[in-house]
Amino acid sequence: MGKPTKVTNSIRSLRFAHGEMTQADLADRIGVTRQTIIAIEQGRYSPSLEVAFQIAGVFDAPLDEVFQYPDAEASA
Amino acid sequence: MSFEEKGNWLYLVVSVVTYLAYVSIILGRAQDVPLAEVPYVSTMLWTIGIAVALSIVGNIVVAISKPSEADKSDVRDKDINRFGEYVGGVVLAVGMLAPFILALTESDYFWIANAMYLAFVLSAFTSSAVKVVAYRRGL
Repeated sequence: MGKPTKVTNSIRSLRFAHGEMTQADLADRIGVTRQTIIAIEQGRYSPSLEVAFQIAGVFDAPLDEVFQYPDAEASA
Repeated sequence: MSFEEKGNWLYLVVSVVTYLAYVSIILGRAQDVPLAEVPYVSTMLWTIGIAVALSIVGNIVVAISKPSEADKSDVRDKDINRFGEYVGGVVLAVGMLAPFILALTESDYFWIANAMYLAFVLSAFTSSAVKVVAYRRGL
């Protein structure tokens, strides 16, 4: 607990690239609270696979464009 | 702060404040008589009742103050709730050892009841505190 997740994400930049979408808009579209979007963006919460796919779906982007896992990329 | 997080803060404050009020009342009565002989049953029941009522009323007030968030709970809230309840459950299980031992050694009902009450309060406090920290710092 309290340890930031290793999963990084590009949600913030993707939001701005998609018409400066607000955190509240994104939250409404995938059915979570705005606080959850904030926590995911700040790396304080790793979303479930389902929520991750939903976020990627909103941006019409592949999952690894939205979320990155540096360790996995280094070892690949 | 989400509705669920506010509810946790509320539960945390209510459980601590009502328990401290109970302890201060009981200690106040123990000036002239031994602690184990202090009348405590009705005070304990009233304190528990008031704590439950305050939690319910507080949640209603929080919901009324921002109705748009009142019914919103998502997967993160559920994850945090599950984690907090798990830790609270462990605390309750360990805490119940004290009244169990007191019962086995045929201690006064006063000590058994108060040890149980303390275990419940510690469990509720730990559970809420863990959830609040998880909301603030991450799960």
